[in-house]
Amino acid sequence: MRSFFISLQSEFYKSRKTLAFWSSILLPLIICFAIALGFIFKYENLVKHPPQILWFYFLSPIVGIMGSLLLPVLVIYNTYAVTNMEYKGDTWKSLFSLPLPKLSIYSSKFLYVIFLTFLTMLLFAVLIIVSGHAIELFRPQLKFGDFNPSEIIFRSFTKMFLSSIGIISLQFLMNLMWNDFLKPFGLGFLLTIVGSICANVGWKYAIYLPHAFPSLTVMNIMSSKKGIEFGVFDQAIANSLICGVVVFILGYFILLKRNIK
Amino acid sequence: MSRFAIETVGLNHHFGSQVVVKDLSLKVPKGSIYGFLGPNGAGKTTTIKILLNLLQSPADTVFIFGKELTNNRIACLKEMGALVEQPAIYAHLTGKENLINRCILLGINKNKATEMLALVGLTEAANKKAGKYSLGMKQRLGIALALIADPELLLLDEPTNGLDPNGIIEIRNLMIELTSKHGKTILVSSHLLAEIERTATHVGIINKGALLFQGTINELHDLSKPSIKIEVDDHAAATNILSGAGAEIINEKEGTIHIGYTGKADMGNYNSLLVKNGVTVYTIGTEKKDLEHLFLDITSRN
Ligand SMILES: Nc1ncnc2c1ncn2[C@@H]1O[C@H](COP(=O)(O)OP(=O)(O)OP(=O)(O)O)[C@@H](O)[C@H]1O
Ligand SMILES: [Mg+2]
Repeated sequence: MRSFFISLQSEFYKSRKTLAFWSSILLPLIICFAIALGFIFKYENLVKHPPQILWFYFLSPIVGIMGSLLLPVLVIYNTYAVTNMEYKGDTWKSLFSLPLPKLSIYSSKFLYVIFLTFLTMLLFAVLIIVSGHAIELFRPQLKFGDFNPSEIIFRSFTKMFLSSIGIISLQFLMNLMWNDFLKPFGLGFLLTIVGSICANVGWKYAIYLPHAFPSLTVMNIMSSKKGIEFGVFDQAIANSLICGVVVFILGYFILLKRNIK
Repeated sequence: MSRFAIETVGLNHHFGSQVVVKDLSLKVPKGSIYGFLGPNGAGKTTTIKILLNLLQSPADTVFIFGKELTNNRIACLKEMGALVEQPAIYAHLTGKENLINRCILLGINKNKATEMLALVGLTEAANKKAGKYSLGMKQRLGIALALIADPELLLLDEPTNGLDPNGIIEIRNLMIELTSKHGKTILVSSHLLAEIERTATHVGIINKGALLFQGTINELHDLSKPSIKIEVDDHAAATNILSGAGAEIINEKEGTIHIGYTGKADMGNYNSLLVKNGVTVYTIGTEKKDLEHLFLDITSRN
């Protein structure tokens, strides 16, 4: 257990200056800031709406784009960046010649990617709430403060975060097997597009395509009654978690049998 | 406890259908500097990767300080520090951060990083991105990374690659100090016999995956003792006569015989003995191989 925390600590240390780490923080920051500016400048058209709708207007573009593209691309990039760091410096060999169990090294990397995704989702949730209240400071006409959206927002982002675990596990495995940019990225993109289409046309087997889980999740949120009556767990989330666990274990056994070149 | 730091027993490894390591039985005594020599593609790096369990090997073929490697992976790796091929370095971190990261992973005090930088002469470049280091500076950082855990056994794959003459001497002295003062064991690979001749106590020569020579540096020197080369018309008769006279026959080929050199007087005696017995001696003279030729000779034999 100690070796796992050591490895995780090292992952933080190594990546704190990388694009993957900063993009996880800057992405929600920039998007929320941009939408907030939109609200501030175009407030005349929005004054007539009740607070609940104002929050919905802030949230829905983020959630919409998140499910169809942003979330899959984000995790595809993060898994690539975290594993590529070792390929680039040819450091796999030194990692695996340290007196640490292979499981610690493997699982800490996996968990770190999940952590980055979690961080982005958490920041989105927090920053959306902060932004709403900040907008009201500049434009008191927009009564964001009259409705408390925290619960719905956190529920949405928790759900989206969980829906990405399946993709993370698959991308992680691909990146472990191939020292390549194109293969995991190209395949990941392709699967994301296919998954998104399958989810949107309502193909009944989309529930088995990990890359479709975020789309399915967002559709589930958007189509729920008033956009608020949805549960965190549904079949897509369950499948995402199952996929994550199965592929994680599978990847570990592949790693055990493999030569590190 | 075994008296060997590294022992391999009939080790084999192949990439696809290519056999890269063939029936290799290394014996690296504790406290030695073991020069692991071989030309490009001989299998040196592959062997070192097997010793680190980076490449899979069957059980009971590799022993580190007497411990079986595959079943005691972590215990074995605790004893080892390694520099394999080009140094493994995170280009986006500074030299110091690279070492601190290693301290985190090994659970050792971070002050060790500063100490190591001084040891390999990188103190001034400590806060420069390692990706911007020169070849030799990267190599120095790689050596620092191998040494930082103060391991009992060091595996250094061509450590002087890219180093300036000063750096080469520093590494040489460091290796001698580590073994003589601190009782460490070092396996160091190289293409050049001359380079490790000054430091190595033991030598293993590998070519095409097979070990062609293994022994102390003195045993290697013995191989290069001078010999007498004699060209004659009838080498069978000459061989008979010479061995009858107590000469040590090293080898005999169509028309030429090599015998051990024992002194000028003996050489004159052999000459007259042959002539007296009706063998025509075309030439007779001494031959001495330097080690570099010997190495070339050994590695080009098959
Ligand atoms: N990952 C690999 N896949 C396939 N073949 C490999 C691999 N690594 C090494 N080889 C082959 O194994 C043989 C031995 O390579 P190795 O790197 O061990 O040689 P070496 O003695 O270290 O050579 P050098 O002095 O050039 O470093 C070579 O023929 C090489 O082509
Ligand atoms: Mg090599």
